Amino acid sequence: MPHSILEVNGLRKSFGSTEVLKGVDLTVASQELVFVIGPSGSGKSTLLRCCNRLEDTSGGSIRFNGQDITEPGVDVNQLRRQIGMVFQSFNLYPHLPALGNITLALRKSVGQSADEAEKRARAALDRVGLSDKADAYPGELSGGQQQRVAIARALALEPKILLMDEPTSALDPELVGSVLEVIRELKASGVTMIVVSHEMHFAREAADRVVFIDHGEIVEEGPPSQIFGAPEHERTRAFLQRILQS
Amino acid sequence: MIDSFFNLEIMAQVLPSILDGMGITAVLSILVILTGTVLGLLLATIRALQKRPVDLIIILFVDAFRAIPPLVILIVTFFALPYVGIQLSGLVATWLCLSLVLAAFAEEIFWAGILSVHKGQWEAARSTGFTFLQTLRFVVLPQAMRLALPPLTNRAIAIGKSTALASVVAVPEILNQASSAQAQYANASPLTLAALAYLAIFIPLVVLSRWVESRFAWKH
Repeated sequence: MPHSILEVNGLRKSFGSTEVLKGVDLTVASQELVFVIGPSGSGKSTLLRCCNRLEDTSGGSIRFNGQDITEPGVDVNQLRRQIGMVFQSFNLYPHLPALGNITLALRKSVGQSADEAEKRARAALDRVGLSDKADAYPGELSGGQQQRVAIARALALEPKILLMDEPTSALDPELVGSVLEVIRELKASGVTMIVVSHEMHFAREAADRVVFIDHGEIVEEGPPSQIFGAPEHERTRAFLQRILQS
Repeated sequence: MIDSFFNLEIMAQVLPSILDGMGITAVLSILVILTGTVLGLLLATIRALQKRPVDLIIILFVDAFRAIPPLVILIVTFFALPYVGIQLSGLVATWLCLSLVLAAFAEEIFWAGILSVHKGQWEAARSTGFTFLQTLRFVVLPQAMRLALPPLTNRAIAIGKSTALASVVAVPEILNQASSAQAQYANASPLTLAALAYLAIFIPLVVLSRWVESRFAWKH
């Protein structure tokens, strides 16, 4: 088994008096595609957001490349350049064209020259199949195209791991496929990913591992064939039944 | 009527002093607009950090300076501060007071603009390794500006015009020059000339502001 990139141990997170994560353990190996599924409010998104410190944690540890990133002295900006994040609502910068969305961090955060950044950004756009949309503003792109630009923006920083928070949930059904296709290609090229998603059929065929979270704890995890074919826990069964029926 | 308001002979004699006044009005207005806007932006940036006690101080300042008439602030600064040993020239007092008034309005305008930018923009930018200030500068403010610019330029021009208040504290700007001339000649023509002088300064500023606004609009 390849070495692990991310190791979450006993992760706890509370918002006020509500405990959203109640001791989550999760290890992600290099080049692995892990799908996190679970009902809304189960803590899936919070888990992802803790992994790049968008949320502060309340307990436990998250080791990224061996370093505990929940420690107070961690340089979060340096850390976040290595952990890509893709959001449900894309969050592209509306005042910049696709290319500018990608080059902004390369130039102002990484410190690349304009030429260097543009080359890297065009390569990233090419990877998500949008090399012809470099000059288009987000408002001129479809939801699926916007999400692919957002993926390119994250990819251009060459992250060690890519976190995707319901990347297809805000898309019209006919646009979902284009984004899943990109995820499939990233997987083929060896990008490590954690994807929070309700795309069960895609998870079943593409994921290396599926993790089912409910009420802030991991109920069950395993290869998709096991989770979807022979779930051990009643809660997993009930959830899958509800999702797959609808 | 023509003789009282458009006496060309008097106008010609008064013109040099009105031109001097124009120089002062123009410089003073530009100084006030620059310092006030920069200070307002600075205050909005500090407020975006959301530190409780500092926020309250800013809100207090902003509300006070928006509520008190600028003329009152100016008179207090110029005539009352000397009692506690602070003596400012009329020019400096006007610059300071109007800058603070504009800063108060500008802070509210920038702040409203910053609040209008969706939280997801902050998160996306921070997720690419941007610091708080970089996010504000490269992602949030460019978007906030689009909303803030029209009210900001309006307010800046309005307060630039109120440099006419400086005539009260003996700054020889346009209005002050015109009033003295009016008293001297017992004729209103210098005031007509003053009105024309204000038009000459502020019409270009209005045009400029429109150009700046259009530059900050973006395609959808």
